[in-house]
Amino acid sequence: MSTQKPVGVVLVSHSAQVAEAVAELARGLAGGDTAVPVAAAGGTEGGGLGTSADLIAAAAASVDRGAGVAVLADLGSAVLTVKALLAEGDELPEAARLVDAPFVEGAVAAVVTSAAGADLDAVEAAAKEAYTYRKV
Amino acid sequence: MLDADFFRRWMTATAASVDREADRLTALDSPIGDADHGSNLRRGFTAVTAALEKESPPTPGAVLTLAGRQLISTVGGASGPLYGTLLRRTGKALGDAAEVDEQQFAEALRAGVDAVMQLGGAAPGDKTMIDALAPAVDRLADGFGAARSAAEQGAEATTPLQARKGRASYLGERSIGHQDPGATSAALLIAALAETEGK
Repeated sequence: MSTQKPVGVVLVSHSAQVAEAVAELARGLAGGDTAVPVAAAGGTEGGGLGTSADLIAAAAASVDRGAGVAVLADLGSAVLTVKALLAEGDELPEAARLVDAPFVEGAVAAVVTSAAGADLDAVEAAAKEAYTYRKV
Repeated sequence: MLDADFFRRWMTATAASVDREADRLTALDSPIGDADHGSNLRRGFTAVTAALEKESPPTPGAVLTLAGRQLISTVGGASGPLYGTLLRRTGKALGDAAEVDEQQFAEALRAGVDAVMQLGGAAPGDKTMIDALAPAVDRLADGFGAARSAAEQGAEATTPLQARKGRASYLGERSIGHQDPGATSAALLIAALAETEGK
């Protein structure tokens, strides 16, 4: 068991259900390790499909343990909102970064890697590497 | 010279124009998007005018920075971070001067448009808001009226284009023949600038 601070993971989807379900899947496949802070930021604040900058900022703050935060996003406004918040500098934790990864596979890789005690660079690398796994 | 009040009136005029045209923007967004552009922008600019009224930012830069922040947090679609970045970057480029001249504003707006292109990865001809904003910035030295004409022509010129960014790009050739809703709302923003002039 690592005593290091864990890397936080934020999952941003257009849909609250997708973000929550992927978070649950990733936690489950990581062995249900609750030491990894994972937060879902899905949909708009009103519960509709879309993206909420405030939900993303709150999710990122909630998983920041001082070891960095890996943010994964599904598409369109989810990606653009995270990038806009990062560009503004003061909206997300300092060590938050958008990870270029497939949403589901990348989330699982990120949470499993964080659970193993890896740092943010390694978590990002693992999530990105999920792109290289071809299915056919 | 342009002061904070000018930029406040520009945002208020944009909000009124977006409110008037919201149904048309949503109708344009129906065949090639998800039919929410008008309602999303209306929500965003309503929040902008409310925030400007409440906080009365003292400088042109502060007005646009606050407006951009409101759009990022309230729109809920891709136009939020895109327009939010446009206004925030323009505002930041204006610094904390109490007044700016037209040339300083033109340079700042160009920085804002560049930031939007970088954020969304869109170039002119991709059938996006850039097709209205880029020509408007190019003509801004000739006055707000010239910029407005350039933006409106740019928006109309998106009709025969095939979308290469955003949700409409999934439609491929079927996106041809529809005027882009983002370019259309961008033309409203620039037109509001011309309406604000001379008051």
